[in-house]
Amino acid sequence: MSVIVFADTRGEKVAKAALETLTYGRKVAAGSGSTVTLVTFGDVPADRLAALGADKVVVARAASDADSQQLTRLVADVAQQENAQVIVFAHDATGKAVAPRVAARLKAGHVAGAITLPDTSSGFRVKRNVFSGKAQAWVDVTSPVKVISVLPNSIPVEAGSGSATVADYTGDLGAARVTVKGTRKEGEGIPLPEAEIVVSAGRGMKGPENWGLVEELARELHAATACSRPVADMHWRPHHEHVGQTGVAIRPNCYIAIGISGAIQHLAGVNGSKVIAVINKDPEAPFFKAADYGIVGDAFEVLPKLIEAAKKLNAER
Amino acid sequence: MKILVLISQVPDTTARIAFTNDNTAYDAGGVQFIVNPYDEWYALVRGLELKEAQGGTLTTVTVGGADTEATIRKALAIGADEAVRIDAQPNDSYEVAVQVAAYAKDKGFDLILAGKETIDHNGSQVGPMVAELLDLPFISLASKLDIAGTTATAERDVKGELEIVEAALPLVVSCAKGMAEQRIPNMRGIMAARTKPLQVVPAVPVDRLSATVRFELPPPKQAVKMIPADEAGKLIELLHTEAKVI
Ligand SMILES: Cc1cc2nc3c(=O)[nH]c(=O)nc-3n(C[C@H](O)[C@H](O)[C@H](O)COP(=O)(O)OP(=O)(O)OC[C@H]3O[C@@H](n4cnc5c(N)ncnc54)[C@H](O)[C@@H]3O)c2cc1C
Ligand SMILES: Nc1ncnc2c1ncn2[C@@H]1O[C@H](COP(=O)(O)O)[C@@H](O)[C@H]1O
Repeated sequence: MSVIVFADTRGEKVAKAALETLTYGRKVAAGSGSTVTLVTFGDVPADRLAALGADKVVVARAASDADSQQLTRLVADVAQQENAQVIVFAHDATGKAVAPRVAARLKAGHVAGAITLPDTSSGFRVKRNVFSGKAQAWVDVTSPVKVISVLPNSIPVEAGSGSATVADYTGDLGAARVTVKGTRKEGEGIPLPEAEIVVSAGRGMKGPENWGLVEELARELHAATACSRPVADMHWRPHHEHVGQTGVAIRPNCYIAIGISGAIQHLAGVNGSKVIAVINKDPEAPFFKAADYGIVGDAFEVLPKLIEAAKKLNAER
Repeated sequence: MKILVLISQVPDTTARIAFTNDNTAYDAGGVQFIVNPYDEWYALVRGLELKEAQGGTLTTVTVGGADTEATIRKALAIGADEAVRIDAQPNDSYEVAVQVAAYAKDKGFDLILAGKETIDHNGSQVGPMVAELLDLPFISLASKLDIAGTTATAERDVKGELEIVEAALPLVVSCAKGMAEQRIPNMRGIMAARTKPLQVVPAVPVDRLSATVRFELPPPKQAVKMIPADEAGKLIELLHTEAKVI
């Protein structure tokens, strides 16, 4: 019996979402007396994979993140060999493409965006976010094999250690049908979905020429930058910064919103943030109702004060 | 080119979220339903642009009861040629995918477009499940899609990078922001939609794998702590020492 964890472990350091997924998988395994097999892909040094805290690692060296069919065959094959009961993914870009496919292939019930460990006191029940974080739902999975995709930032990482055996996958994944032709960096700084701190601004900033202040605060706080939808629609900021119901949904530890009214569709993408701070010149702005900290004031006067305070904090620590 | 677009209906983005029957069902009382924004703004409109440029037909498919027909007519008004409703009340995304795949199986669609996710269920599941059930390649979360001959090129956001990928048709794509601009249906479209074909097909049997048993609302937020504007720097201090998030 085993728990399979599929994670994208590529990159200079293993992404937080992958570490969360592993933590989740280890906890499920501990609760059911199973072992954890990490299934991954790409060009990651074996010693690094061995030390992540899985009992066993299988890596498909030649597979890419773009071909969900190959990755699906990989995970399904290992799951069958290991007689896996539970398969855990991250609900990130790669997980969203592969987990549903694996579930359909194995006829396994799939919980997408899980925020709790399974409750197995009677059956198998997992809580997930619905209505863009405006509500949660408990889902019962009744199939023999269960697939769970863990929502990023919903469980704290517990560092693993160990010296697992790392085996290269030798099965047949078939030819790649989706191939990567290139990548393009989407700008400087920290990628939004991974960020712990996000500085976000809206139409209250008046124009793209004023974003220097937002970027400077973000830099001082080691934060990613984000924006409201109209800001992206008017091309003041790139589309990938747009957060909300129809943009990226994020759940950072700290979300600082400047000159954003707090429309329900905006809140839907950020209401999972642990702490929300709102700066708006209108005391009636709806965002204050969703905030932990608020400042009623003009962004152009408040931002320099925040930047100064952040610089002071950095100098002290 | 034969294009299939998956259209779902969701509560309007401003609808109140409440539950009935002991928190086991969504309370749809007084709620206005709309086409899921990802399906309408991105999948449908990009599908129409590709059809207009290259010829072909665009069919929409929706799994749901008769109450989804007003939403389906909206998709027809925006420009779809014909619509199919599969008559079922799905319990989860797998049940939707099985119905769509059973319908699409022998129809020879070159391109199947789904939204990135439904804004009520938030699964991001149906597109990839349909791809798996039909043994087709799948491009997820595409923000750009072009077709030349039988080759598709797409861009997708991954980990703060844009990945440019290529695949041959037939293909399933899930569509995210950036792919197209919203289209507002005009009077002619709305009139034409009334007479366009909306075919109702029976559901196929499907095994139950999961079901939502109960909903919860998040606990109410604590009152906001206000900081005077002339002491704005205190916010940084509080975030550091009190909230401990920076
Ligand atoms: C179906 C649908 C989906 C949507 N999806 C999204 C989404 O995903 N994300 C999203 O963000 N929006 C979304 N929207 C749009 C949303 O309804 C709002 O229109 C949008 O969020 C408003 O952006 P904003 O707050 O930047 O601008 P505004 O609403 O114009 O607010 C600007 C705010 O800045 C304040 N302000 C002005 N000047 C200053 C100053 N000098 N200093 C400080 N404050 C100032 C004002 O008081 C105001 O509160 C969606 C809408 C629909 C219908
Ligand atoms: N009932 C349905 N009928 C047709 N298509 C659907 C249905 N539910 C979801 N979809 C499609 O699948 C996408 C992803 O849905 P979900 O897996 O619920 O997030 C949506 O954006 C739609 O394109």
